[in-house]
Amino acid sequence: MEKASKISRYLYTVIVLFVIWLFLTSSLDPQELTIGLLFSIIIGALTYEVFTERGLANLHPRRIAYAIAYIPYFLWAMIMANLDVAYRVLHPKRPINPGIVECKTVLKNNAGKLALANSITLTPGTITLDVKGDRYFIHWIDVKDASVEGASDNITRPFEKFLKVIFE
Amino acid sequence: MISEIIGEFLVLFGTIFYFLSSLGLIRMPDVYNRMQTATKSATLGSLGVIIGVGIWAIGHVGSYAWLPKTFVIAVFLLLTNPISAHALIRAAYKSGIPLWEGSIVDKYREYLEKEEGKEEVSDETKEGEQ
Repeated sequence: MEKASKISRYLYTVIVLFVIWLFLTSSLDPQELTIGLLFSIIIGALTYEVFTERGLANLHPRRIAYAIAYIPYFLWAMIMANLDVAYRVLHPKRPINPGIVECKTVLKNNAGKLALANSITLTPGTITLDVKGDRYFIHWIDVKDASVEGASDNITRPFEKFLKVIFE
Repeated sequence: MISEIIGEFLVLFGTIFYFLSSLGLIRMPDVYNRMQTATKSATLGSLGVIIGVGIWAIGHVGSYAWLPKTFVIAVFLLLTNPISAHALIRAAYKSGIPLWEGSIVDKYREYLEKEEGKEEVSDETKEGEQ
C-alpha cells in the first residue's frame, strides 16, 4: 500500500486532533476554537508522519458508514462477552477449557490488524497473545475447535467483514 | 429526571461488572484466564461508570459539558485497555509462566519451537558454507 501525499496526511491529522479538542472543551466559543485550531496545526506538523499513512482517504463516506455500523455490533459482542465471563466466574464448577489456538486473517494493513486484535481481546472468551504476519495466537477460554480453520471461523471471521471495508 | 435514572442504572451496571472482574481474579486458575476476566469486565465496567456519570450530570447538575469529556475518556480507555492486556499476557508467556494443567492445546509453543528449529538449521548451513 502506497503512502498518501504529505498534505493529505497532514490535513487528516489536524482534523482528528481538532475533533478531539472539540470534545474535550465541549464549547463553541470562537476564542477556544481559534486556540484549538492553532495547537492542532502545531501538533499536527510535529506528528503527522507517525500518525497516519493514508491521509484523507480515511474519511471516505463508505468507511465512515461501516465504522458507525461497527460500533453497535462491537458493543453488543462486548456485552455478550461480559455475560459469558459472569457465567464462568459465578458457576460453581468453573466451566473453562482453555488453550492457545492459531488463526489466520485476511487483513493486510497494520491499523486493521491492531483493530482486529483489540476486538478479539474484548469479545467472548478470547485474548490476543501474539501477532506474527497474518497469524494470530489467541488464548481461548473455551476451545471448541483447535484447528486453524475452525478457530478462524469462530473468532476472526465475524469482525473481518467490517474491518476489511474500514481499513483496507 | 429521566437522564438521572439512566445514569444511575449505568453506574450500577458498571460496578456490578467491576465486582465480577475482581471475583474472577480470585476464582480463575492461572494468569491467562485471570487476564480474560480482568480485561473484559473491567473495560465494560469502566465504560458503564464513565458514560453513566456523564449522563447523570445532565439531570443532576444540569450541565451538558460533562458528557463529551466522559465520552473521550471512554474511547481512550476502550482503545488502550486491550493493548495493555496484550502486552501483559505476552510478557507473561515470554517469561515462562506455564499454562493451567487443564489447557488442551498450545499452538504458540509449537510455533516457537518450529522457529527455533529453523534458526538452528540455518545457522548450521551458514557454518557449513563458511
